[in-house]
Amino acid sequence: MTNMTHWDDNKAKAVMTNSHARGAPLTGALRALVDAFGYVDDAAIAPLMQTYARSRAEVLGVISYYDDFRQSSPGRHVIRLCQAEACQAVGARELTAHVCKKTGLALGETTGDGQLTLEPVYCLGLCANGPAADINGKPAAHLDEKSIDAKLAEITK
Amino acid sequence: MNTRIFIPADMLAIALGANEIAVAMASEANARGEAIEIIRNGSRGLCWAEPLVEVQTDTGRIAYGNITINDVGGLFDADFLKGGAHEKCLGATEEIPFLKAQERFIFKTCGLYAPCNIVAYEAHGGFAGLRAALALSSEKIVDEVQTSGLRGRGGAGFPAAIKWRTVLDVDVSQKYVVCNADEGDSGTFADRLIMEGDPFRLIEGMVIAGLATGAQEGVVYLRSEYPVAKRVLETAIERAEAAGWLGTNIQGSGKDFTLGVFVGGGSYVCGEETALLESLEGKRGIVRVKPPIPALEGLHGKPTLINNVITLCAVPDILARGGAWHGALGVGRSTGTLPFQLAGDVKYGGLVELPFGRSLRELVEDFGGGTRSGLSVKAIQIGGPLGAYLPPHLFDTPLDYEAMAALGAGVGHGGIVVYNETTDMRQQARYAFEFCAHESCGKCTPCRIGSVRGAEVLAEDTPDLHLVDDLCEVMIDGSACAMGGMTPVPVQSAIKYFADDFGTPQRVAAE
Repeated sequence: MTNMTHWDDNKAKAVMTNSHARGAPLTGALRALVDAFGYVDDAAIAPLMQTYARSRAEVLGVISYYDDFRQSSPGRHVIRLCQAEACQAVGARELTAHVCKKTGLALGETTGDGQLTLEPVYCLGLCANGPAADINGKPAAHLDEKSIDAKLAEITK
Repeated sequence: MNTRIFIPADMLAIALGANEIAVAMASEANARGEAIEIIRNGSRGLCWAEPLVEVQTDTGRIAYGNITINDVGGLFDADFLKGGAHEKCLGATEEIPFLKAQERFIFKTCGLYAPCNIVAYEAHGGFAGLRAALALSSEKIVDEVQTSGLRGRGGAGFPAAIKWRTVLDVDVSQKYVVCNADEGDSGTFADRLIMEGDPFRLIEGMVIAGLATGAQEGVVYLRSEYPVAKRVLETAIERAEAAGWLGTNIQGSGKDFTLGVFVGGGSYVCGEETALLESLEGKRGIVRVKPPIPALEGLHGKPTLINNVITLCAVPDILARGGAWHGALGVGRSTGTLPFQLAGDVKYGGLVELPFGRSLRELVEDFGGGTRSGLSVKAIQIGGPLGAYLPPHLFDTPLDYEAMAALGAGVGHGGIVVYNETTDMRQQARYAFEFCAHESCGKCTPCRIGSVRGAEVLAEDTPDLHLVDDLCEVMIDGSACAMGGMTPVPVQSAIKYFADDFGTPQRVAAE
């Protein structure tokens, strides 16, 4: 996720204020935070409560409801493997098992050195050409063990 | 004159290397002193041939399929700029059987030009529907939609005109048009293709919906998994505003309509219209209990028209060509066309727009060409994760709302996923419960608990299928929305048609 920066309270506050000023709802502000930093830090909760006049429970409830609004920083690289039916039909389960074995990660985990996060995704709309994945924000299709290994080697080299 | 080369820029083509191919082609042409113009168009929907590179020749567009970066030099050697013979040449694009056998109107111009080229859109008949609508009263626009027989393409198949008229008839100034572009069903990508490839069609449809209902504000609720569609839509919105087709005083009519894009948070259930509204209001995507229906009390409590992308994209032609023209397509109460999507283990996957009434067999076998793996077809799932699993002996069923409903199935959003003989249908049934457990908003107990319990039961060595049936019955009767109410569809169809995959036949043993 090369275009993201480390969490910065002041920048984050600016993102929230801008979102609110544009008329974006809380979900829109959370989207803007994730786009900027890759996740929503706990430090954002108090200013979000204030900006959006919501209780702590409401803010936390919204953050935790949506898969996209991660609550901790993802790895430097993020691979999202499609787990949905059209990809299952062409071997997504086997491909996922292969990647998990190769990286030592289960879906939803990050390597200890913070280099790689593996996540499930439920459909990227590339269903005629599965198995599909999203690798650092770039779509990948028609994957097999060989091609995903090459992509893994490319991003972690 | 520069030779025009079309290289798609939709998400699939990009996934398969189209950006790199475009760069390589430009530099190869430069090195050879060839004058070319590369147009990054939308997809033609021939996913099996992507990246599909086309060349404009004197005799029309010639297609070259499954191009890789390694083919670029060879294409120039083969004089592809003049449509030269090459092992990957598919001939004239319009003559490719997969495309030629379709009857497209929603997708007829998708992929013909760069998606945000508003001049090209208009040159291909774009904005004719909106122009016609601007000359009509709101009532007359809704009348046309009613005559067309158009039904919602998101999955439920609800008559569009009823929703439109309900919103129109409420006498308040603030109303909304919301486009449901949260295309979360696996095996579906029609919304993605048209938003990435022909965004002005959606914009035009939404402005017409605004004129028809009296709404002046529109929102496209887009899933976050479609970043390319977001960029394309935002650019297209800017250009439509600049050209006077969107914004204030549209084409001098005195009518206003503004449009924005809102990106979701990765929640499948937000494709359900009331959960979508909650999400748009900044809340958890929890389903609302109906009534009140969104057409009366929707976004921020105001009357809101919510339609799927494809529903809205059908509207421009209905206004341009008349509702009666649309009403004559298809069969019975299933009028018009449905852009089917062939996915999974299928040889020729992609978008197939056909009038209602054709058979599954025609789609899976004639268009799809069987499986990509070469194995035999065991099942198809039609209509996404909440759709039925059907065996080949039912493939002669006509594809229309009523015939599918008679099977306990539905056409849904038109997605068809093909599974080969190695598929374990019990695993698929269990996945349906697991997906429901993952995505349930948690409001209704049958959905929240039933899905977890169902997955547990189907994981047992000899699953108690009576218990599964009981769980399904409670989910069907006791859930507020389709997530819990229709998860039993894939489960029960898998058990019904593929009993051999469910171990000891306990039902027989119990009787």
